[in-house]
Amino acid sequence: MTGRGESTEQEWVDDHAGPVVRPYAVTGGRARPVTGTFDLISLVTATRAEVGSESGLGPEHVAIVGLCQRILSVAEIAAHLDLPVGTVRVLLGDLAARSLVQVREPRATPAGLPDEHVFEAVINGLRAL
Amino acid sequence: MDYGRSERPAGAAPLPTAIKILIAGGFGVGKTTMVGAVSETRPLRTEEVLTETGIGIDDLSGVEAKSTTTVAMDFGRITLSDDLVLYLFGTPGQDRFWFVWDELALGALGAVVLADTRRLADCFPSIDYFEGRGTPFVVAVNCFEGARQFRLDEVQAALDLDPGVPVVLCDARQRESAKEVLITLLEHAMKLREARRRAAGD
Repeated sequence: MTGRGESTEQEWVDDHAGPVVRPYAVTGGRARPVTGTFDLISLVTATRAEVGSESGLGPEHVAIVGLCQRILSVAEIAAHLDLPVGTVRVLLGDLAARSLVQVREPRATPAGLPDEHVFEAVINGLRAL
Repeated sequence: MDYGRSERPAGAAPLPTAIKILIAGGFGVGKTTMVGAVSETRPLRTEEVLTETGIGIDDLSGVEAKSTTTVAMDFGRITLSDDLVLYLFGTPGQDRFWFVWDELALGALGAVVLADTRRLADCFPSIDYFEGRGTPFVVAVNCFEGARQFRLDEVQAALDLDPGVPVVLCDARQRESAKEVLITLLEHAMKLREARRRAAGD
């Protein structure tokens, strides 16, 4: 066990992170979200400043709403909560079904690739960094 | 063409577009280093937990105990503008997790295959994968100290690459160098798209 406040490496796991539980326990045994597909880079933002536990949501749901006050990808949410991506997808499905989060799937053409303008915008964006 | 604006609810802050580029290559070649060099925060790690139903390619019949495996991916974020966010994903090194690669490669702009000239064969599986999938890629030779310097055409020949695939030198620790590699990849990917479109039109 590491002491409180000792490690900057683990800065995103705060004192409220709690014990590690098996992923299926967090989702009540569910393996798939009730709605949505949630690509690793789907972007998520909360539609409310906070939600209470009275809405029947678990602490992980509440934590996601807290994290998604800024726009985060599914992969980032999973990394910050230290939960497997599959588990986070289930939790996001619950939140999306209650309209507590807004989700933007990555833009792609029918061929599965972003359009030309995206390439140019990325090149220009990288040059400007 | 879909510019994706119609799905935004009126009055809500628009969500940006997210796109991704993969950083592949052998174990210890500097994938996470490159992700970290150019990302706005230190690399994050995300995990997929796979059960026997997910693994698929393995024959697990007769195995009584439930088998789970964790595949870890390091990734980083670059916010390019208010409406464009780029994610860089280091591919998991284990060759048996190709279906994780399939998920990562879907919709990716392209891939950087990092190579170490001391262990050039380590990047063969990545090259084979992206060639087979038709994913645009460049080979970036990470210049480790103490490694013998090869000419880029020697590397190209050793890897049996198509002549059009760019091979560049880089220092995966350096932000500017990593940026240049990514720009080379994107320019190559655009050229490839144009060539494919012309071929399809003929």
